[in-house]
Amino acid sequence: MPYNPTLVAPMREEMTRMGAKELTTVQEVDAALGDQEGTMLVFVNSVCGCAAGNARPGLRLALAHGVKPQQVVTVFAGQDLEATARARQYFSEYQPSSPSMALLRDGEVVHFVHRHQIEGRAPQAVAADLTSAFDKHFGVAV
Amino acid sequence: MSHVFHPGHHALHGITVVLDTTSGETYLGRFDSEDERGVHLLDVGRHDAEAGSREDYIRRSAKFGIRVEQKHVVLPKGSVARVTPLGELQL
Repeated sequence: MPYNPTLVAPMREEMTRMGAKELTTVQEVDAALGDQEGTMLVFVNSVCGCAAGNARPGLRLALAHGVKPQQVVTVFAGQDLEATARARQYFSEYQPSSPSMALLRDGEVVHFVHRHQIEGRAPQAVAADLTSAFDKHFGVAV
Repeated sequence: MSHVFHPGHHALHGITVVLDTTSGETYLGRFDSEDERGVHLLDVGRHDAEAGSREDYIRRSAKFGIRVEQKHVVLPKGSVARVTPLGELQL
């Protein structure tokens, strides 16, 4: 059962403040992820303090890096149930967990960050792993 | 400052762990709590020895996520040999 919307509102705002676009319906997910072109990060948000409490600030730090995804979108697990289920169909090779992050290039998942790679880690450590992935997968080839 | 939800729990609460039993079984799941009944894991997968080695199972789960077979498993304390956070393993 979803949490009280008032309780999770700050967690949504934390994402939109860093420039992420919220996808709350199946239609919005399909519009963003169907025929996706360029680079994108999909953040599966969560109320979990053990992991999401570090994942969101970690992502915010990573987005200050020179190389970053062209688009950041987010769905909220346990809140926007249908939108989250639909988003996960676009990276169904990976078992669902939240929070988690999928890095996509032209519709292909090039990197995936599971919950267990976030738990108990400082935002700076999460950001370091993300920026490394950004450089590897989103950097311009020279 | 980010928003944290559940303070005041076991140190491993919410952490994805590898739990090895004294009888040689391996479970992967999210540590929830520990009480008189034992260790409670949520969203749990279990290594099937016929499907490959324990190490391959852990490595595959770390890369692609845990294939959840049971929502909640309770393992008696006496049967637990070792609990290790998945994220701390060198794979």
